[in-house]
Amino acid sequence: MMLALFIVLPLVCGFAAWILGSRGSTAGRWISLAGNAFNLVLAAWLWIAQASGSLVPVEGTWLALSSMPWIPAYGISFTLGLDGLSLLFVALTSLLGIAAVLASWKGIQEKVAFFHFCLCLVLAGINGVFLSIDLFLFAFMWELMLIPMYFLIDIWGHEGRHRAALKFFLFTQIGGLLMFVAIIGLYLAHAAATGLRTFDYRLLLGTALDPTRGMLLMLGFFAAFAVKLPAFPLHAWLPDAHTEAPTAGSVILAGLLLKTGGYGLIRFVLPLFPEASRSFAPIAMWIGVAGIIYGGFMAFSQTDMKRLVAYTSVSHLGFVLLGVFAFNVQALNGAVIQMLSHGLSTGALFILVGSLQDRLHTRELSRMGGLWSAAPKFGAFGLVLTLALLGLPGFGNFIGEFLVLLGAYRASVSVAVVAAIGLVFAMVYSLRMYQLAFHGESSDTKEVRDLGAIEIAALGAMIIALFWLGIFPQGAMDAASRALGGILGILGGTA
Amino acid sequence: MSASGYLGLLPLAILAGSAILVLFGLAFARQRYETAFALSMAGLVAALASLFFAWTGAPQRFTALLVLDHFAYLSMALSIGATIVVEFMSFAYFRARREENGEFYFLLQLACLGCAVLASSSSFASFFLGLELLSTPLFTLIGYRREREAGLRSAFMYLILAGVSSAFLLFGMALVYLETGSLDITTAARAASGSASFTVLAGLALMTVGIGFKLAVAPFHVWTPDIYDAAPAPATAFIATASKGAMAILLVRFFAPAGIAGAGPFAWIFAAIAGISMFTGNILALREGNLKRLLAYSSIAHLGYILVAFVASGNQGSAAVSFYLVAYFVSNLAAFAAVAGLSTNEAEADSIEHYRGLAKGHPWAAAALTASLLSLAGLPLTAGFMGKFVIFEAGAGAFLWVLVVILAVNSTISIFYYLRVVSALYRPASEAGTGSMSPRPAMPALAAIALAAMAIAIIVIGAMPGSLMAFIREVARDIASNAAAAL
Repeated sequence: MMLALFIVLPLVCGFAAWILGSRGSTAGRWISLAGNAFNLVLAAWLWIAQASGSLVPVEGTWLALSSMPWIPAYGISFTLGLDGLSLLFVALTSLLGIAAVLASWKGIQEKVAFFHFCLCLVLAGINGVFLSIDLFLFAFMWELMLIPMYFLIDIWGHEGRHRAALKFFLFTQIGGLLMFVAIIGLYLAHAAATGLRTFDYRLLLGTALDPTRGMLLMLGFFAAFAVKLPAFPLHAWLPDAHTEAPTAGSVILAGLLLKTGGYGLIRFVLPLFPEASRSFAPIAMWIGVAGIIYGGFMAFSQTDMKRLVAYTSVSHLGFVLLGVFAFNVQALNGAVIQMLSHGLSTGALFILVGSLQDRLHTRELSRMGGLWSAAPKFGAFGLVLTLALLGLPGFGNFIGEFLVLLGAYRASVSVAVVAAIGLVFAMVYSLRMYQLAFHGESSDTKEVRDLGAIEIAALGAMIIALFWLGIFPQGAMDAASRALGGILGILGGTA
Repeated sequence: MSASGYLGLLPLAILAGSAILVLFGLAFARQRYETAFALSMAGLVAALASLFFAWTGAPQRFTALLVLDHFAYLSMALSIGATIVVEFMSFAYFRARREENGEFYFLLQLACLGCAVLASSSSFASFFLGLELLSTPLFTLIGYRREREAGLRSAFMYLILAGVSSAFLLFGMALVYLETGSLDITTAARAASGSASFTVLAGLALMTVGIGFKLAVAPFHVWTPDIYDAAPAPATAFIATASKGAMAILLVRFFAPAGIAGAGPFAWIFAAIAGISMFTGNILALREGNLKRLLAYSSIAHLGYILVAFVASGNQGSAAVSFYLVAYFVSNLAAFAAVAGLSTNEAEADSIEHYRGLAKGHPWAAAALTASLLSLAGLPLTAGFMGKFVIFEAGAGAFLWVLVVILAVNSTISIFYYLRVVSALYRPASEAGTGSMSPRPAMPALAAIALAAMAIAIIVIGAMPGSLMAFIREVARDIASNAAAAL
């Protein structure tokens, strides 16, 4: 029942923020902040309990399970499950949820109540995605997080928001629907094989599928996750959506929504379709490499700072795709660490860019410059985050990319070699961004106000978490390893 | 015929009887408009209540004309429920000209009776009777606001087209009768399965044209946008829901038991119609700036979705058709309740521009209309999502992968235009003189109640569809077994 809190609490807070917040603008902010803080405490408590060993798996690798009948006629139940993997992502959701609320504290002044309603609803949907182990519920949550996200971009975004919001929605929707069809296909295949009509993930594992059907169904799932991740040719929605979204929206998009794609690949694609994934792996790895190189190249050529950060996501999430399909424990661990640290570092960068835009009313790198001297705190936080972005040792990003490359090398040398070129790109675009924004001189930035307390609090917390992932990655890896081990066991891969 | 047999006929009897009462009320009462509304509403509520008593006696045949099974009662409940909601939204809409408008309720009730007969007909005779009982009042309902030229033109257009389609239908029936010598629907359908003669196939094809026209599926859809646009919003709501729904139910009753929807030439024909309707409706809706026309195009696509489940056939397919109809009814009724409630005597609230900034003046109406549009788009937490799920499930279960993927692609296309309207609701109102009215008049109470009730139904069905789905599956299982028993 406790698991349902992760979904129900943001929902309740969202409605409360909407209703109470329509009187005054601060109520909505405090309510959604409180809801996320409570979830973070809950996640932290679960974390400590599992790390200290007082929370032991109740079934297989599941640390907690809760189930309620929902639509029994179709074998659908409201089943939530938490293992080490989902715990990491749920914790990330609450942390970034708080960061998003803080980031919008000053920036959002219009329709504040409805803003927080949408924000809380997205977070509820994302938590639902990370916790559902009923595939119908998963698809439901998958779609549920889209609508409020659409509103976040469409109502509170920047100039080109309507187009960007629509593009985001159409891309993710077609992927999601193909996955929905594939889920139903899997459900029917399972029903035909066993006579049991169920959407329960634990029962659907190991459904016998002939190769063609397995491949088609796998591709249905892959379509949804590849759009979200985003994988190389399907990324077209991402630069626009990230750039046009309000700061809080970008934080959630980059920090959490993209992670649902990677999570879905690990949780569903690999274990449900082991054979199909195995034969698809070489293609998927090259798609990942293409994303790494393409994203890095595009990031280098951007003049809009927010767009630049958006393209780095394409590059960094390419590593995730590569890691997931390398089929070994290093790469898989690397992919998880990479997702977590990308969520934190890119989320923080979007907050930084957002606060710059609030002050300078531009995102153009050419109009920035000299920020280091004009606003030293901006400069310091900017430097730390840029270094995280380029994967300096000490940050989680380094661990993630290193482990992925290590694992990918074992799977395919050529892939790993080409992927490693991406690190050079990362160096170049990060330093170029930093140099253009913070060094040199510019008349536009002379009078700029430095970072405020709220922004420092949000950025500080995220940077501490990044350092923790970079210096003590073992904690996160331990938590995920049992779940990942189970998945690799199904794949029959090397440990 | 036993007492319980007559009890089974009660809903139809009450509908017919109270329609006559409404006519008396109109002739003698002083407050014509209010009396007609009250009498008709009382009749509808009584008919709805009588369904509970009739339920236990089902299934039974009433002469050769009617089959009163659970499926028929379910569709009667849908038609009557829809008519009640339509009356709620019409009350304020027509009130400005109350001296003349009382007859609206009489006509509406007659059309509702037509729907009920259509859904329970077991013979070509009652099929045609029900259809004409439904169509004839519709001619008047469409052109009800005589001061509008477009309305009259559209009423004539509908009259002519409906006449032509009836002719197709009758000729088709005649051909089938020529071959089988029976007016019974299931006998005819069975003759068409297996090795059917050319005459029967030609007859059924002609009937398909007639039915397709009534359902407004492509390529028989051309009338839809004009009629939707020109008819008064409540009448449009009735055409969009009760009228099409009764026809879809009849289609299931006609074709599903014999299995000709799922195999043979008619499976291909209906699959083609489904595919073309989905694409036609959704693509035409993309650039539409008028909400009523947009809903017309969207309904073409929705009937295409329903046909996917229909082609899937079997119990799953029939259940999916029925469940999707419920979702489609509540979503469309909510949308039209909003249109009717926001229209004034001078101007119909039809342009999308008109809805800009609605969230500011009417936050609750905007929220309800959002729920309705998201439900039509098939997004989660709404009835539409669950409806789409059952269609996907039925389609995939019958291995109609091509249709299912077309459906997935089309739902994505449809989101484009639904979101365009939703997005408009939350944008600031456009500058003065571009069609939006400020200050907006308050929404009439009864229309607001209808809107709220439908919005709540959308959310409840979307969140907890379990019992409704189980119920509908139970009912759908009846059709096959009853049809078998009838032979």
